[in-house]
Amino acid sequence: MDILPAESILSKAEDLHPYECDGLSAYRQTPLLVVLPDSIDQVQQIMRLCHQHKVAVIARGAGTGLSGGALPLADGVLLSLAKFKQILQIDPLARTARVQPGVRNLAISDACKPHGLYYAPDPSSQIACTIGGNVAENSGGVHCLKYGLTVHNILKLEIITVDGERLTVGSEALDSPGYDLLALMTGSEGMLGIIVEVTVKLLPIPEQAKVIMASFDDVYNAGNAVANIISAGIIPAGLEMMDKLAIKAAEDFIHADYPLDAEAILLCELDGSRLEVDEQIPHTISLLRSSGASDIQLAKDEAEREKFWQGRKSAFPAVGRMAPDYYCMDGTIPRRELANILKRIADLSADYQLPVANVFHAGDGNMHPLILYDANIEGELERTEEFGAKILEACVAAGGTITGEHGVGMEKIDQMCVQFQPAELAQFHAIKHAFDPDTLLNPGKAVPTLHRCAELGAMHVHNGKLPHPDLPRF
Amino acid sequence: MTDHTKHLQQQILAACRDNSACRIEGGNSKAFIGNASNGELISTAQHSGIISYDASELVITARSGTPLSEIQQALAANNQQLAFEPPAFSEQATIGGSIACNLSGPARAYLGAARDFVLGCRLINGKGELLQFGGQVMKNVAGYDASRLMAGAYGTLGVLLEISLKVLPKPQSQITVKIPQVANDAILIINQLAAKNLPITASCYLDHHLTIRLNSSQQNTVAASQFICKQTGGRVIEDDKGFWQSIREQTHQFFDSSTPVARLSVPACSQLDLAGEQLIEWGGALRWLKTEQDIDSLRDEIKPIGGHVTAYKNFKPSAEYFQPLDSSNKLLQQRLKQAFDPAAILNPGRLYKEF
Repeated sequence: MDILPAESILSKAEDLHPYECDGLSAYRQTPLLVVLPDSIDQVQQIMRLCHQHKVAVIARGAGTGLSGGALPLADGVLLSLAKFKQILQIDPLARTARVQPGVRNLAISDACKPHGLYYAPDPSSQIACTIGGNVAENSGGVHCLKYGLTVHNILKLEIITVDGERLTVGSEALDSPGYDLLALMTGSEGMLGIIVEVTVKLLPIPEQAKVIMASFDDVYNAGNAVANIISAGIIPAGLEMMDKLAIKAAEDFIHADYPLDAEAILLCELDGSRLEVDEQIPHTISLLRSSGASDIQLAKDEAEREKFWQGRKSAFPAVGRMAPDYYCMDGTIPRRELANILKRIADLSADYQLPVANVFHAGDGNMHPLILYDANIEGELERTEEFGAKILEACVAAGGTITGEHGVGMEKIDQMCVQFQPAELAQFHAIKHAFDPDTLLNPGKAVPTLHRCAELGAMHVHNGKLPHPDLPRF
Repeated sequence: MTDHTKHLQQQILAACRDNSACRIEGGNSKAFIGNASNGELISTAQHSGIISYDASELVITARSGTPLSEIQQALAANNQQLAFEPPAFSEQATIGGSIACNLSGPARAYLGAARDFVLGCRLINGKGELLQFGGQVMKNVAGYDASRLMAGAYGTLGVLLEISLKVLPKPQSQITVKIPQVANDAILIINQLAAKNLPITASCYLDHHLTIRLNSSQQNTVAASQFICKQTGGRVIEDDKGFWQSIREQTHQFFDSSTPVARLSVPACSQLDLAGEQLIEWGGALRWLKTEQDIDSLRDEIKPIGGHVTAYKNFKPSAEYFQPLDSSNKLLQQRLKQAFDPAAILNPGRLYKEF
């Protein structure tokens, strides 16, 4: 049966090699084979064939994910959507764009620019990551507090179900009859269906954007400043925090004129109409001052604004220069817990003898501690992972979550046992079963089996009784 | 102000045991929405109270039976609001019912729907299990987004116990502009304006007039209203709050009707030629239509343009309240219902007569 031309099927070891990991390179696996369809019809036929033979399918966009969500299976097919890179339609009046899943995030905004419109979610990998992957991960970015996540910025999906059926989820209207499958599909990490088309919402490009950089001698004051700005009724477009080590890394790398003596800096971007921004700037500066900022700088022009942001946007590679390897965490906490969590991370860092640089989407409580390590030192990766797991557990204990925007994938599957009770995990499996009864779509990711959690010993024990005492444990 | 979790869970467990249907009710303000559903009353009205609210976190968590008005008062005391403007329809309306029905007011097209503000929830599923999904933080991608799924599920997937919602600051100032127009031009104008940096938060077309609401700082709303008036020949109108409230709460004369009122949800810029009086909200995406037309034929007309029709008010009870689903979609939704409520005891038939 000829579903695909020969050049769209990769099976030789050297061709499979580039697909053996995504952005989380610590986990690697060569797939059985890679298929590169370029039409929805081909995807349907591939899914039917795999369904018939009960072969697992792992969807992949640009492979920039940070949680191993696109990690292949040795006996599974890797379905690359890289050839689906057409922008099918831009409707400037309705302010929507219909695009194929392999279109890069930034390419949408670039294409819409002549209409004065853009697509708001901007994950840091936006130059490379694809919109299909963004939907699968419910990607965020630095502008989430004001503009929301992927789930708030899409209207409609075309999906192919595990048995090859085509289904429209959502609509170009603002709601659809029945359950909100659009919400369920967004962030489902390739576990419920294959996304083959996405209709996104577009927003008018803000007339003006200005950024303020505030330095603090105390991280606690920086956290308070964030709370004070938001309590005053200002919703900044971006509100980012970096700690001393992250500032140093970024400054050495980019020379953004960051203050090296500060314990923390806040980057606060305000956008909107010219009038609105001009009103908010002095108000925000006075709030920062009364919150104890030691130095406040308003970027004087677009070039300086870019420079301030460049340091933040390059924080990961900048930190990467300080050690052979780094491990990026993605916990979210209620902001009031910031000082406590940073203290906990500092204590753990001392215990594990591993330095940590903290980069933080301060507006929405999403933190990215970067643990510096050297994978060539025996046992150091394992110690790093253990350290990371403890940070995530602290986030859950503080009322937060193990992943704000990177997804669970393979990486955080064990921490799911900490965040969720067995009955909740069982409910997730039941949802999965409704879409994929044979567990063929990205199996083994995102939701751990109860068995796995039991083996880890991470099950919640209430009143001295284990839940589900009838389950076998080994 | 009490926690009735245990009592509610016992009621669901008993219903499970007896395989008997449950009719979930909060303030009984939205009973007219959806198909009729019979069963033992499970009331969340006593399961009430705000559990936590920290204005600087922009998050409120409340028990499902908390009156909407109580939540709105607590938020207003901190100059904050539920930006999706849930219609109450009665003083008894609860936050649980508002989320279960995913009802959003005039701001929906500009600030988002109820589902967009859901951060997490606790619920009892159809097996009587206590479950918690999402959380109290803005960004959370651990597990499937089961909490957002509860918005618009009409209690058919679980009894909501607690809900965490994102809240937003209340804008300082509000101005309403009224523009004389014909319907199709009005839709064009409001969508052209929405593509500019203007603080538009609501639109309504009725009686050959397009009415637009602006919310922002005082300076910004004034400047925006002047711009719109100059562009469109509109004028600023006074005492506007009563108008928008009457649209949200459907106390406006338009809704006082004995003829059937259909709710059409369509792509905003659709040009429709419909017989019957219309009120158009959400930049054209929501159209209320007084019609004698048969619901099925109306649905046949609207479906090809990518919309759907709800038999909102005064239709024959024999009609499906919500637009029927295509077969593959229906199958999937039925399976999802089974995943949460295998014995089909939670509000059976309310969403669709078959499940």
